[in-house]
Amino acid sequence: MLGLSAAGAAALLGGAAVGRATAGIGPAGLGPLGGSGAGHAAPTTAYPFEGAHQAGITTPVQDHLHFAAFDLSSRATRDDVVELLQDWTYAASRLTQGLDVSATGALDGPESAPPDDTGEALDLPASGLTVTIGLGPTLFEVDGEDRFGIAARRPAALAPLPPFLGDALSTEWSHGDLCLQACADDPQVAVHAIRNLARIAFGRAHVRWSQMGFGRTSKTSAAQATPRNLFGFKDGTDNILGTEEDRLAEHVWVAPGSATAGAGDAADWLAGGSYLVSRKIEMLLEPWDRTGLGEQERVFGRDKRVGAPLSGGDEFTAPVFGDGRIDIASHVHLAHPTNNAGATMLRRGYNYVDGTNPLGRLDAGLFFLAYVNDPDTFVQVQRSLSTDLLNEYIRHIGSAIFAVPPGIEPGGWIGETLFA
Amino acid sequence: MTPTRPSASVPAIVTVAAAAVVVLAGCVPNNPQSSGTDGSGAASGALAVTSDDTTCEISAAEATSGTLTFDVANSGTKVTEFYLMAADGLRIVGEVENIAPGASRTLTVTVQPGDYQTVCKPGMIGAGVGRADFTVSGERVELTGEDAELKQEAIDLYAAFVKDQVAQLLPETEAFVDLYVAGDDEAARADFPLVRAYYERIEPVAEALGDLDPRIDYREVDAVAEGLDWTGFHRIEKDLWEPAPGALNSDGETDAFDGWTPSTPEERAELGRLLVADVTELYDFVHSDDFTTFLSDQGVDWISNGAIGLLDEVATGKITGEEDWWSGTDLYDFAANVEGSKMAFSLVEDLASRKGAEGEELVGQINDGYAALEEALAEHGSLTTGFVAYSELTDADKKQLSDLINALAEPLSKLTTTVLE
Repeated sequence: MLGLSAAGAAALLGGAAVGRATAGIGPAGLGPLGGSGAGHAAPTTAYPFEGAHQAGITTPVQDHLHFAAFDLSSRATRDDVVELLQDWTYAASRLTQGLDVSATGALDGPESAPPDDTGEALDLPASGLTVTIGLGPTLFEVDGEDRFGIAARRPAALAPLPPFLGDALSTEWSHGDLCLQACADDPQVAVHAIRNLARIAFGRAHVRWSQMGFGRTSKTSAAQATPRNLFGFKDGTDNILGTEEDRLAEHVWVAPGSATAGAGDAADWLAGGSYLVSRKIEMLLEPWDRTGLGEQERVFGRDKRVGAPLSGGDEFTAPVFGDGRIDIASHVHLAHPTNNAGATMLRRGYNYVDGTNPLGRLDAGLFFLAYVNDPDTFVQVQRSLSTDLLNEYIRHIGSAIFAVPPGIEPGGWIGETLFA
Repeated sequence: MTPTRPSASVPAIVTVAAAAVVVLAGCVPNNPQSSGTDGSGAASGALAVTSDDTTCEISAAEATSGTLTFDVANSGTKVTEFYLMAADGLRIVGEVENIAPGASRTLTVTVQPGDYQTVCKPGMIGAGVGRADFTVSGERVELTGEDAELKQEAIDLYAAFVKDQVAQLLPETEAFVDLYVAGDDEAARADFPLVRAYYERIEPVAEALGDLDPRIDYREVDAVAEGLDWTGFHRIEKDLWEPAPGALNSDGETDAFDGWTPSTPEERAELGRLLVADVTELYDFVHSDDFTTFLSDQGVDWISNGAIGLLDEVATGKITGEEDWWSGTDLYDFAANVEGSKMAFSLVEDLASRKGAEGEELVGQINDGYAALEEALAEHGSLTTGFVAYSELTDADKKQLSDLINALAEPLSKLTTTVLE
């Protein structure tokens, strides 16, 4: 344990930050400091850790992901949880600025002690790193047991997702008491963050599962080109952008008074936060690759070259349904907000390839991440997708849900509104 | 495991094995021979111990905490030793050795309230005789000595622990080898993991001794990789748990019968002779002045690093089931490694907890970590009642143990720097 505290975080943020690669890191502003073409942030980009909302949601989607779900030790106390969240906050506030995990870091501790920082990010800039902290339903209670005195403050909507047709879920990729989403433009920086934050947690929490991702499959900035998933199609064309305040308020941020728990405003701690749904979706690439182009486009309901809906126009043309040009069982038809009572999610998924499976096939797919202010949004869309033509080529193998607390003022800590 | 710190900060005090008194605490009486009336307020009169070849009589089975003096008289025919041990029978609180027939020696030691055991070891080998409970009541005694004295004391006690373990390892190995050579495989299989426990508790010592560990404890794949003749416990293990046709070695690739055949009676006799010879070499070394010098040269950080090293053994070898590939007795090694680690930690615990609130917190975390790990391990058996085979552990069991090792090893990795502060 680093013995860190909120006070330490305040001291850091008020003081001069001396880091491993500070060149180009200025005072944290409202957005990326610099940037090159095509919406690609400069390597030296450092996003502020503090703010009304946690970073890593509306932040322009970085190229790489390391996501980890944690379970608390069966011996962990409420104080342990609070201290862990404080330690994580402090460490993350440093890492996101391109600093080592602690003041002595990788090189400045005593010779006889293992360094606080593992060191693989030495000489690397902040690389747009964001660390986003989430809280799972089991943090609040397990089998009716109020583990940390916060069961009454569990938002009613923070509950395991219902079963869906075709689910092939494994606990190996599902659930967790806590989660960390680390996104960065350099995979080594993202891995460094998760590795060091997991190390801080040892004894209080341990990694339940983790997932590496690459090739962001959606965008949250108009400057970013719409990326492609492993099926070769553009994904997330109509995603909510970080600048669309109205849509964010309508679909992503939990409004004061809207999160309900057992009694009154017990769940209002989540105001300004969001819910995160993660789904590990395996893609059966070999059968897909043997599918004709026309059939592939029929399955998605979009043209493969530019991503235009099969009803015509360009990528950003609204699809027209009902005239037969877009199959009613196509993915775009079943998933589109107009066919789901306006249900809209901020998607932030990544492609993954976990090597090769025992059959010699790519063990690959989409690690789907979505931020919503009501998990029922995801449930409605996912139910609509039960007849999706795409289902022949995908399998949902992991599922989790987390409440993502609001952001903090300098000196605060993620989760303080819940435990205060 | 190799200390990188200059040894200058550890006093180069060489313990002379023949010293009449092993001084174990900072509050040293002016005259150790004056039997415990040192004015610390916790005085008991000197306790008389009489050791012969089969008994170990002590004049009282309880005392008050503070500086205790044991006058040990040897009425037997063999050179004897006297030990005051913690209730676990592993951790040595104080010892006096090299007591010749007809001679007497004195042990002076500061003892905290708690349950202990006393035991004599005539002939300096084996588990000892006359093991008896010994209870100390009263208030906890503050250690007032300098760090340097406590460090030397930790080194002395670790040396005593190693000697005690090896002194039991040697006769147990001889008995085990006799069964193996005689072809009593069933009895040998039962002995195998228990004999190894004495070795696994002190593995960092053997590993520091060049080619002894390879001869005693190498797995087949290690010996092949390094081009060595394969000998030792694991060679015998493969005879005792003969692989099924088509089984693979622990590298997961080579056929178990590739370059191996079951040993003939003659080969068994030779492998047994070699193992006893190697363990005897280990015994001779740890009972020599060279060993005392070795430990003093290494310094106290070698001991705290040894506590970490033993957990690393668990994390890299035992939790993966690679150590005892044919017998599946990895959990015995696991438990013995943890015991040896905890023993080493206990010797420097006081040094760490004296380093302010942070030191105390660290010691608390480490003690909690051992407790949690021991509790989880106990779900699968014990060294006395036996452990389940490694193959019976589920992935969830292994992950739980692995998580607990991480939880313990992280604070433990900060022990050395805290002790050296």
